[in-house]
Amino acid sequence: MTADLLRARRSATDAQAVPAHPLPVPIPEVREAALRPFGRPGRAYWVLVGGLAVVVAAALVAWIYQLREGLAVAGYNDQAFWAIYMADVITFIGVSYGGAVVSAILRLTGATWRGPLTRIAEATAVVTVLVGAALIVPHLGRPDRIWELVTRPQMASPIVWDFIAVTTYAATSIAFFVLPLIPDLAIAREQLGARLGPRRGRLYGALVGRWSGTPAQRRVLRSALGILALLVVPLAVSVHSVLGWSFALTSRPWWHESIWPPYFVVAALYSGVALVILVVAAFRRGYHLEHHITERHFVHLAYIMATLGALYLYFTFADFLPDAYVGQPGVETVFQAVLVGRFAVWFWLFVAAAGVIPLALVALPATRHTLGIVVAAGLVVPAMWLKRMLMVTVPGTYERVAGTFGTYHFTWVSVTITLGALAAIPLLLLLLFRIVPILSIDEMEELAALTGEADLRVAPQPLAAGAPTPAPIEGHQL
Amino acid sequence: MTERPVPAETARGSADGGRSGEPDGAGQADPSISRRRFLTGVATFGAAVAASSAVAPALLTAAAPEARAAPQASATPQASATGSAPREPVTKAAHQWCMVIDLRRCDGCQACTMACQQRHELEPQQTWIKVYPMTGASGETYHMPRPCMMCQNPPCLYVCPVSATFRTPDGLVLVDQNTCIGCRMCMAACPYEARYFNWTAPPAGPRLPLPPTPEMPVPQRIGTVGKCVFCADRLPHGELPACVAGCPMGALYIGDLVTDVAVNGTGDVVQLSRFLDTNDAVSFKPELGTHPRVYYIPGHGQDLGESTP
Ligand code: SF4
Ligand code: SF4
Repeated sequence: MTADLLRARRSATDAQAVPAHPLPVPIPEVREAALRPFGRPGRAYWVLVGGLAVVVAAALVAWIYQLREGLAVAGYNDQAFWAIYMADVITFIGVSYGGAVVSAILRLTGATWRGPLTRIAEATAVVTVLVGAALIVPHLGRPDRIWELVTRPQMASPIVWDFIAVTTYAATSIAFFVLPLIPDLAIAREQLGARLGPRRGRLYGALVGRWSGTPAQRRVLRSALGILALLVVPLAVSVHSVLGWSFALTSRPWWHESIWPPYFVVAALYSGVALVILVVAAFRRGYHLEHHITERHFVHLAYIMATLGALYLYFTFADFLPDAYVGQPGVETVFQAVLVGRFAVWFWLFVAAAGVIPLALVALPATRHTLGIVVAAGLVVPAMWLKRMLMVTVPGTYERVAGTFGTYHFTWVSVTITLGALAAIPLLLLLLFRIVPILSIDEMEELAALTGEADLRVAPQPLAAGAPTPAPIEGHQL
Repeated sequence: MTERPVPAETARGSADGGRSGEPDGAGQADPSISRRRFLTGVATFGAAVAASSAVAPALLTAAAPEARAAPQASATPQASATGSAPREPVTKAAHQWCMVIDLRRCDGCQACTMACQQRHELEPQQTWIKVYPMTGASGETYHMPRPCMMCQNPPCLYVCPVSATFRTPDGLVLVDQNTCIGCRMCMAACPYEARYFNWTAPPAGPRLPLPPTPEMPVPQRIGTVGKCVFCADRLPHGELPACVAGCPMGALYIGDLVTDVAVNGTGDVVQLSRFLDTNDAVSFKPELGTHPRVYYIPGHGQDLGESTP
C-alpha cells in the first residue's frame, strides 16, 4: 500500500521533472555580455587594477613593519587588546555571508530573477571570506605559530571553533562558486575557441572535465548545487555564531549577551546584501550589463536588505533593553558610554547610516531606484563596520577592576592594512572576472527556457549545433 | 554576597593534570575538569552539527546526554547560599599555592609592583601585580593589590586555543610563551584584567644565562601574553615571590593549602586556615565562579563581590 503510494509519488515527480527543467537555449546576447570582461581591457581597467594593487602592496608593507615592531604600532595596548582587526575580520567574513546566502536562498526558493546575480554574489562571497580570513593573520601576535591551531587545538576554545567554522565555510563557498562554473566554462571554451589562451585553456580543461551538458549530467549538477546551497546556509550561521561566541563566552559587560550569536548572523546578512548591491552596481556600470541587470534586480535586493536592516535594528534594541533596564554595575557604565557618553556620536551615527536613512531610501517610492538603493547600500557597509568597531572596542577597553576606559588609537599601520583588505576585494574580483564569466550563462539560459523569457528581455535564438558564432564584442579586441 | 575561602582541612586543592591542560581523570568532581569536559562536549557537539548540517539524528542523541549531564557536575563546587565552604577532592600534589592579601596593611606604596617588574624585566605598564586605588561602598578609600588570582576554574585557560595557558599540579596557572599565538582571547576572558601583552619587543636587560620558562618567563617574548606567575621558579626552593618579599608592610602572604601555612615578607608565619577564618577572608568577584586562589582580608568593610565595578 505504502510502496504503491511511494511509487506513484515518485513517478509523479519524475513526470514533473521533465517540464520543470527544460534544456537551456543558447542566448548569444547573454554569452557576449558574460564574456565581455575577457576582452582586451581599456586604460581605465589598468589604472583601477594598478591603483588597487598599490593599496594592497602598501598594506603588506605595513604588515611587515608590524611584524617587526609588534602590535603596538597598530595602536594596541593592554586596555585595548582587541580593536580594529577584530572589527575587520567580523565585517569582511560577515559580508561574505550576504553573497553566499543570497545566492543559496534564491536558488533554494527558485527565484527566477536571480540569474544575472548569482555569479557576482558567489564570487563576492569567496573573495570576501578569503580576505576576512587573511585578516586574522595581522590580528595575531604570533602569526608564525598559526599552524598550532591544527596541530594542538584545544577544543573548548571559541577561537578553535572559529577556525573550524571559517575554514569549512570558506571551502564550501568555493565549491558553491566553482560547481556552477562547469557548464559556463564549457560554453566559454566553445565561444572563445583559440582565443581562450593556453593558461585559461588548461584551467578550463581541468574544471570542465567531461561535461557535455547531457540531461543526466545536469541532474547531478543540479542536486549537487542543491545540497551545497543547503549546506552554505547553516555553515554561514555557524561561522557568525561562533564569532559572536568569541565575545559572549567571556564575562565582559555587553559581550556576555546570549543574543550576540544570532545578532552577528543578522548583521552579517544585512551588510552582506548591501555589499552585493554595491558590487553588482559597480560591475553593471563598468561592463555595461544594464541590459541584463535591471532596476528590478536592485529593488528586489533592496527589499531583502531593508527587511534585514529592520531586523537588525530590532536586535539592537533587544540587545540593549534588558541590561539597560536592570543597570548592573559594569554593564551600566558601558551602555552609558555607548548610548549617551563618549561613544554616543558614533553609535547614533550608526543608527542613522545603517538604520534610518537606508530604510527610508528603500521605503520611499521616490528614492526606490537604482541610485537611491546604491546610496543606501553604500551607507550600510561602512556603518556596519563602525558598529562592529564599537561592539569590539567599547567593552574591550573597559577595565573591569578600576571601572575605567582605556583608549584605542588608530595608526597608519592599522588603517593601511584595513584599506588594503578593502582594496583587495575589487582587485580580486576584477582579476577573477578575466578568468570566469561574470554572468552565470548556463543558469540564465536555463531560467530563460524555464520562464519562457519572462525575465530576460532577450528573444530566444537557438544556434545551429556545431556552428558556434561568437557575437562581436563591441569595443573590445579579443 | 561573598564566598568563604577554602579551609585547608576540607580542601586540599585540585590538580588539573599536566602542562597541556588535559584532565588527568583522577579528580572526579574537580570543577575545572567537569567544566572542561562540558565545554569540550559542547564544542564537539557544535562541530558535529556544523559538519553534518543535514543533521544526523544519531549524532544528536549521542552528544546530548553528555551536554545535559555536565552542568550539574559543574554546579557542585558552587558555594551554596547558606555559606558552606566548597569542597574539593583530595589531591596527591605536594603543594597548592595560594596568596593572602591583608588589605588592612596595604598602604599603596607599590613596592610589590616594582619588585615584580624588576625581577621579570617588565615594561612600566606591565603591572603583573597592580595596586588599585579603590573606593568602598561607603566612600572610604583603600588600596588593593591584584596579582593573578590563580583561579581554580580559570576562564583564561578554557578559551586558550592552543593550550598555551595551562595549570600545574600545584594549582598555578601559567603561560607557555613558546606556544602562545597571541590571540588575546585570554585577556578578554580574565575577569581580573591580570594579563598583559607584549605589544613591543621586551626591553633589553641583564639576562639570566637561562632560556625563559613558563615558571620564570624572562625575557618576555614579543607577541605573546604574560602575567603574574607567583614566582613559580622560587616556590619549590622555599623562597618567597618577589612581591611578597618586597612588601615592607607584610600585607602579602604566600600560602600552601596542603601544608596549611602562609608566610609574609616581614617574617610572620600563620596557620593558613585559621588566619583566613578568624579574619573573614573573601575572594574577589566570587559570583563569577572562578574560585580564586587569592584571598583578601578586608579591613574596612569592603565587599569585593558584585558591588565592585
Ligand atoms: S593569547 Fe596566548 S595564552 Fe592567551 S588565549 Fe591566545 S594563545 Fe592562549
Ligand atoms: S586571574 Fe585571570 S589570568 Fe589569573 S587564572 Fe584567573 S582568569 Fe586566568
